Amino acid sequence: MSGWLSPDEWVAVRLSLLVASTAMLVSLPFGIAIAWLLARGRFWGKSLLDAAVHLPLILPPVVTGYLLLLSFGRKGPIGAWLEAWFGVVLSFRWTGAVLASAIMGFPLLVRAIRLSIEAVDRKLEDAAGTLGAGPFQVFLVVTLPLCLPGILAGMILCFAKAMGEFGATITFVSNIPGETQTLPSAIYTFTQVPGGEAGAMRLTLISIALSVTALFASEALARRVSRRVAG
Amino acid sequence: MNPALQVDVRHRLGGFALQAQFGSDGGLTALFGPSGSGKTSLVNIIGGLIRPEHGRVVVDGQVLLDTQAGIDLPSHRRRIGYVFQEARLFPHLTVRQNLLFGRWFAPRLAPATTELDAVLELLGIGHLLARRPAGLSGGEKQRVAIGRALLAKPRLLLMDEPLASLDEARKAEILPHIERLRDELHIPIIYVSHAVAEVARLATTLAVMEQGRVVVAGPGAEVMTRLDIAGLSGLREAGSVLEGEVLAHDPHYGLTTLRSRAGLLQVPGPPRSQGARLRVRILARDVMLSLGRPQGLSALNILAGTVAEIGEGDGRGAVTLRIDCGGAPLLSRVTAKSVAELGLVPGLGIHAIVKSVSVEAP
Repeated sequence: MSGWLSPDEWVAVRLSLLVASTAMLVSLPFGIAIAWLLARGRFWGKSLLDAAVHLPLILPPVVTGYLLLLSFGRKGPIGAWLEAWFGVVLSFRWTGAVLASAIMGFPLLVRAIRLSIEAVDRKLEDAAGTLGAGPFQVFLVVTLPLCLPGILAGMILCFAKAMGEFGATITFVSNIPGETQTLPSAIYTFTQVPGGEAGAMRLTLISIALSVTALFASEALARRVSRRVAG
Repeated sequence: MNPALQVDVRHRLGGFALQAQFGSDGGLTALFGPSGSGKTSLVNIIGGLIRPEHGRVVVDGQVLLDTQAGIDLPSHRRRIGYVFQEARLFPHLTVRQNLLFGRWFAPRLAPATTELDAVLELLGIGHLLARRPAGLSGGEKQRVAIGRALLAKPRLLLMDEPLASLDEARKAEILPHIERLRDELHIPIIYVSHAVAEVARLATTLAVMEQGRVVVAGPGAEVMTRLDIAGLSGLREAGSVLEGEVLAHDPHYGLTTLRSRAGLLQVPGPPRSQGARLRVRILARDVMLSLGRPQGLSALNILAGTVAEIGEGDGRGAVTLRIDCGGAPLLSRVTAKSVAELGLVPGLGIHAIVKSVSVEAP
């Protein structure tokens, strides 16, 4: 198959997979925490938090990317701080692509997990409390395992969104082959040059194959998990 | 010795005021009352699932809640076992993992293997260990839930209508296990129910609730025969409970002779071993009264006693009386006309004719 794709195209495929899985894994703990806060918390500003989480879903991706560039760019307040204190640079790096796609996938991740936390029977949590489990322990051994199907669904959605993310990524980290050129950016580049149709088609087929595989894998996993959770 | 349990609670729930005060020296305390009388709210307060406006809960000398002193132990530190109406087993865990759930959080209290075995034997659930809750029957689930609560080593066991969602056969399957809990383990139990039969069979102490208040509390058999309680909506089927010892069983007629405080009783039923203790319940409407000792009657059980109390009429011509039979109370419901014609007054010697006796507990 490596003969079928050019080395540059392979790099784009591998980079996309790397960016999407890193984005999914890094945002998972935050996603669970925010989902729990939104599902169970009662605090001032909850609807503000809800709106902020959903913002990337409704803003044009280019706007999100531009805001990221303003704040996380080397001259932006957060970007400058990160570079001064940790030597971390996000703009025009693959890690920046991770940040952009993680932020774009975050609302989908939180939404799926939040729904499944809301569906967990509070009575089971009360019962665990009477058996000596503290609130965090209840969360770990009762709530979390019971919403595992929702967490998996959220992870897959987040992964798929990150694989397909284009606007915010290209605005924030540009389209540098081998560093920030993910599948969508590579396809876009092909469509911009004469004679690029074949390359665009190859990458498009790969995109479709990856997405469909992710979808089937998640379905199978979710079925297994929910069978286990339902007993 | 400390009383096993002291509860004093005042709490407002919407338009409903809960005000309850009772105590227990151990055994099984039944909280009895119609639906909506505040029983579940009260046990939720004891278990730490609801925080009351004012209250004090002391279990075995340990203050779990004292709103005045600012003490409010969270439910996971109270060590109060709770068996809910629906079993609430964890669906993602096996029966064994459910049973040993409490052990994860209190390794010091972890039950020894012998204890697990004892609980499995007590509840008859040893064969279910590897199963998952979804595959169990309602009765099995409820027994596992009881075992799970016991294995967390509770100071007190709360049971909130644990049989309410089960059919008669399943109830009959579990009741003996609850009796064994009461008699063999030294854990005080609070048992919420609105079923007279369960309460009559199980209660050592009985607290009757109505509209958020504990209207009366005391020894089970005594409370059940009090006339002022007999009229309460939930206890419409007034009756009395007698405890007795099996003297003999006549296989020919299928009758067991029982010695109770009220005198000898003959009750129908399967063979029973001599010396066994039985609880029987006699409904007030099944007790007739006679001034002289009646002759030539088909009724087997005739008890001598004196009229202790005459209740108020129910407005439909019936009056409930409490008869003192050798110290044991017996309720009888007769017509107001009979009371007048026989000249029944407190202190009058009388014979109680018992038309039927039902055995409540083997």
